[in-house]
Amino acid sequence: MKAAHLHTLSENMAARRPAALLTWLDSGEQQIIRRDEIGADTPAALAEALEDGFRTDKSRTVEIDGRAVFINIYNPPLRLIIVGAVHIAQALAPMAEQAGYDVVIVDPRTAFATVQRFERERLDTRWPDVALPEIGLDTRTALVALTHDPKLDDPALHLAVASPAFYVGALGSTRTHAKRVERLREGGMSEEGIARISAPVGLAIGAVGPVEIAVSILAEMTATLRGKKPELG
Amino acid sequence: MSTVKGSVLETARNWTDEGRKVAIATVVSTWGSAPQPTGSQLVIDADGNFEGSVSGGCVEGDVIVASEDAINSGKPEMLEFGVDNETAWRAGLACGGRIRIYVEPITRD
Repeated sequence: MKAAHLHTLSENMAARRPAALLTWLDSGEQQIIRRDEIGADTPAALAEALEDGFRTDKSRTVEIDGRAVFINIYNPPLRLIIVGAVHIAQALAPMAEQAGYDVVIVDPRTAFATVQRFERERLDTRWPDVALPEIGLDTRTALVALTHDPKLDDPALHLAVASPAFYVGALGSTRTHAKRVERLREGGMSEEGIARISAPVGLAIGAVGPVEIAVSILAEMTATLRGKKPELG
Repeated sequence: MSTVKGSVLETARNWTDEGRKVAIATVVSTWGSAPQPTGSQLVIDADGNFEGSVSGGCVEGDVIVASEDAINSGKPEMLEFGVDNETAWRAGLACGGRIRIYVEPITRD
């Protein structure tokens, strides 16, 4: 590998840009392709293998036009932004961390966002419309809005659906969500944007209590990330 | 897993920037029950310092020797280990799988 390739991969990782190193195994020739560079001029079979690799986070050797190429996927770490330092957040944060997510909890209400309830490094006490653009909502990021408070949840949802975040969820019953949809629509959100929001949040597993709700959220995030339609057995 | 991969990449970059001679070994294919998934990496320098893992310890010894060769020759090499390979069997790939590992030097140009 050329030192220049090593630098480029490392810079992409630091900037949270998913990239892949292709090694053509017959010639040893290598090239880097970023996920946002896959386009019309990328051979269809290669584009498909790359997209699948980025989505599943799996590297593999594939045949393209009779040539074996090793696609090594360099995805940045997963990230979860939780809006609302609520009880479910206390259960979800450590679980998501175990599943490989960097977790940030955004809540300006300092009565909720306390170091007694959360680890200091996970807390961001700015308002969502200030915090989120800086934290960044990219293809490796999930956002869940858990406050029930339109002042906090709605701005976060507007930003999240307009971003390439792979998962956007909002807590609340079907009725609460219907009211929320009305507000979001009035606020200018498109039907396509509204359809991006998983609400009521999480898989329907009959969850009771914050911990089980956290399980259902993490399960739905995983299914969405891996492009797998969940089935209830 | 991607975080681990990121740290191997950082190590490779830091060592290269320090002027050390470095090789990277990458699992490019696996069959059967391989101990580390495809894409797993190990970085090694000319003094035998290494970080990361390509097999959870089964074949690292051979990979390190091959890395030294790659650093000296400046050429990449494909290694294969598995039940059908006597050396690797002795090296202890006991899980019955087969893996291919691409060992390449980091080059300056």
